[in-house]
Formats: sequence, C-alpha cells, structure tokens
Amino acid sequence: MSFQVSLGDTQVAAAARTKIGIRNLNFFYGSFQGLRDITLDIPEKQVTAFIGPSGCGKSTLLRTLNRMYSLYPGQRAEGEINLNGVNVLSAKQDLNALRGQVGMVFQKPTPFPMSIYDNIAFGVKLYEKLGKGDLDDRVEWALKKAALWNEAKDKLHQSGLSLSGGQQQRLCIARGIAVKPEVLLLDEPTSALDPISTARIEELVSELRSDYTIVIVTHNMQQAARVSQHTAYMYLGELIEFTPTAQIFVKPRDKRTEDYITGRFG
Amino acid sequence: MSTTHTNRHAAASGASPDNPIYRRRVWVNRFNLAMSIGTMAFGMVFLLWILAVLFSKGFAAVGTAMFTQMTPPPGSDGGLANAIVGSLIIVGAAIFIATPIGILAGIYLAEVGRESKIAKVTRFINDILLSAPSIVIGLFVYTVIVANVKHYSAWAGAVALAIIAVPVIVRQTENMLQLVPNSLREAAVALGAPQWRVVLMVTLRAVKGGVVTGVLLALARIAGETAPLLFTALNNQFWSTDLNAPMANLPVVIFQFAMSPYEEWQRLAWGGALLITLAVLLLNIIARTLFRQTKH
Repeated sequence: MSFQVSLGDTQVAAAARTKIGIRNLNFFYGSFQGLRDITLDIPEKQVTAFIGPSGCGKSTLLRTLNRMYSLYPGQRAEGEINLNGVNVLSAKQDLNALRGQVGMVFQKPTPFPMSIYDNIAFGVKLYEKLGKGDLDDRVEWALKKAALWNEAKDKLHQSGLSLSGGQQQRLCIARGIAVKPEVLLLDEPTSALDPISTARIEELVSELRSDYTIVIVTHNMQQAARVSQHTAYMYLGELIEFTPTAQIFVKPRDKRTEDYITGRFG
Repeated sequence: MSTTHTNRHAAASGASPDNPIYRRRVWVNRFNLAMSIGTMAFGMVFLLWILAVLFSKGFAAVGTAMFTQMTPPPGSDGGLANAIVGSLIIVGAAIFIATPIGILAGIYLAEVGRESKIAKVTRFINDILLSAPSIVIGLFVYTVIVANVKHYSAWAGAVALAIIAVPVIVRQTENMLQLVPNSLREAAVALGAPQWRVVLMVTLRAVKGGVVTGVLLALARIAGETAPLLFTALNNQFWSTDLNAPMANLPVVIFQFAMSPYEEWQRLAWGGALLITLAVLLLNIIARTLFRQTKH
C-alpha cells in the first residue's frame, strides 16, 4: 500500500492515483447551500473518511458521488466530480450506470424483502445474465467477501430480514460488492450496530481496500482513525482539512479541526 | 414507607388523594372513560342487533335448496343459486377490472407523481370518488353503457362496481407504499436499478400483504352494493352466465324480494342478506389477518 505521503503536503492524494476528483463542488437543497466549494481528490484503492459534526455536509458530499440526490427534485450540485476523468454531474451521465460503478451502503441496514440469495442476485441481474451455477458462485463470492458466508450458507433462501442487524449490514455490503463496483460509499455503516458487529465491519472495510476505493462517512473519530488512510474534516458545508489520517489526529493543521478532534465541540 | 420530610412533601403535592388537582383529574378520567365506553356500547348494540335479526330470520332460509334452486316465481319456494353465482361473476369481473387500475394508480401517486400537481389533483378526485354515492355511479354507467348498447348487462354491472372499487384500492396501495422507508427505495436505486424494478421487486413487494388487503376490502365494499346494479346488471329470474345479458345477483334479488308481499320471497331475502353479511365478515377477517402478518 502506497502511503508515503510527506506530512504537511497539501496534495496528500498525490501518492495514489486519484479515483474521484471533486472540483469546486457546491450543493443546494432548494435555496439552502449544503456544500461550499469543495475540492478534493479521493485516492484509488484506499479508504477515505469524512468526519465532522452533525449537519456539516459529510453525508451530503457522499450522496453527490453516486448522484443519490437526483432522486429529489430541488436538490442540485454545481461543479465537477470526475470519476475516472469523466464528470458524473453532467446531464448526459447515465445514473443507473454510475450507480453500477459506485455502490453504496446506508446507515440503517436495508435488506430487501426477499431471500438472502435474492438480495444479492437482485443487483447482479441488473448488469449480467449469469447461469444458475455462475450466479450461485457470485452469491457465494460476495457473501465470503462480506464475511457472512459461514453464517448465511445454510439459510440462503430465508428472508434477509431474518438476519441480525450486523448480519443485515454485511448482507448490504455483500449486495453492494456483488455488482463489482469500483467505488464503495459507506454512510455511517456502523452507527446502528453493536460494538462486535462494528468491529467486524471495520475489519471488512480494511480487507476490501485492496480491491475497492472506499469512502466512509462516520461521526466516530476513532473509527476514522482505525479504518482510513485519508481523512477529510468538514464543518458547515466546507472542507476544512484533508490530510493523511495518521496526521490529522496527531497534528491537525487547522484550529477548527483540532477543536473537533479534541472534543471541544461537535 | 419513607418518612423523611421531603418525601412526604412530594407525595402530598403529587399523586396524593388529598391533592384537589389530582382528585379532579381522577374524576375527569372516570367521566371520559365512561362516556367512551357508553358510545362504543351504543354502536355495538346496533351492530349486534342487526346481526341477531339477520341470523334468526336468515337461518330459516338457509338450506341446500338455497344453493341448488333458482329464484322462484312469486308465491312458490326456490333458492338463490342463480343470484349467488351471478354475484360471484359480477363481483369477480369488477375486481378483475379494478385491481390493475387501482394498484397502478396507487403506484403512480406514491412512487412517481408524489407531490406533482397532477398527483395532487388525482388524489383529490380519488377522494371524491371514494365517497361518491353509489347510485350516482349506477346512473353514470347506465347513461354511458346501458343506454348506448340498449340493453342491461352483467358487464355494465361489473364496470359500475369496478368504479366503486378502484378508489379503495388506489388509496390503500398509495398509503401502503408511503409506509416503505425511503432508505429501502434508496438502497435499490443505489444498486443502479431502474425505477420500475425498484417498485416491482422492492417497494411493492415490501407491502404486498397490505395491497392484497386493499383489494379484499374493496371486494367486501362492492359485494353488497345494490344501487349500481339496479340500473346495470338488473336481475334475471333464470340461470345465466352470459355477461352480455342481465344477470341475477344477490343485492338486487334481496331488494326485490324484501319489498314483495310474498312470504317465500321475504324469507329468501333474509337468507341472501345473511349470506352477503357472512361473506363480507369473512373477507374482512382474512384482510385483517393478512395485514397483521405483513406489518411484522
């Protein structure tokens, strides 16, 4: 893993190839501006964490990356988000294709009302016509990747809702990676889970890093420290600081970041 | 029992029987509870009264003859076989027409139109239709279909009943889909699923029990409707399963027989009324059981 970033380097992502380049991004909920002039390079095959107090725009920023906001009229983004050099904010962007490249896992586990097997097959069938055997293999592969195979292999045809909360969240991760995206967005994926399930998800994130570019929103700073290589601190819709994780918690450059990570507010 | 000063003080000012504010509240509570039990009993008395009369008078007509013989000419004995089958056919055809329209419209309102102008107007019109007097709908179908093809038909009856059933299904489907958390919808969208797949495979599936409940409730609603059939399906004294001709049906037979001076007819009318009531009761019980199961 390339992680030789000199401390204090402003272009922290220079060490790795940039997967997502965000340029002068402004975001509006109707007339309210949720993000202000964000410029940020998300490095490939690393974990980037967005931290900050509630309402700082970290989830909003995450939801621009797969254009989730396009579901809601009245929400709009200006600027550029370049995925592999293509601006995904352009009107020509095929949203379903984008979401095939950029998967997402949400705060609350959201298994679909179908069997564990079908939960995973649902997404796969959107992009590939696989035979029964190949589909079985893909389901197994995804469940193994998400560290759920051992617990789920004997009840693949039971409802996804029959799993525990932590297992449901791993099912959602399995569902996300089964589609074979390039980027995985995690929106506070452990905030509804107990500590043991949280630890499992965090281990999983670290393992998935070798294959996927991962962006994780968390309000848990220890989590950001544990799983990420790069951390962005946001406050009131602005990107205050974006540095290697190893640096931000030890030697934050900005006073506001320091106040937040030392628990003075937030 | 603690005897410290502070505790005694707290007890006297709180839920002590000596506290006048507390005492007043106890009485207000008793009064309101008595009133609500009283009004509930008032409603129940009439419901039970209706059921008691129906059962005592209706059971006299129930027998194998009711299910095997045709509606009789005045002054002789017979059954309701043609009316029972006719009702099943007309109501079945009505639900067959109304279910796809109602579910699709409900999906439109909850998943596509949402807060758009056209959705709001549709919702408003649907609410009016929901409470429209059924005789108006009967007259409407009479004017549009019966007067144009120049004969009464079971089809016309089915259309009239379908118009009554549609708004019930629309409302229930929309309400159910609105219960689906947005997070589930977003999760499906986040996989890159097109909207029709999101609705069909995820959101509609999540509330299918509730939607089926809506269809069953609509079925219960139209099973006993008389007015829309008077001007459309009319009645038929004989066995007929031809949807292009007038067809016997329970509500109109009950209406006609109950108003007649013939004792045999009156008895059959009671039997038919009991039959419809039991069918509606059964439908409601099934609908509620289904609904409870899907709510998790």
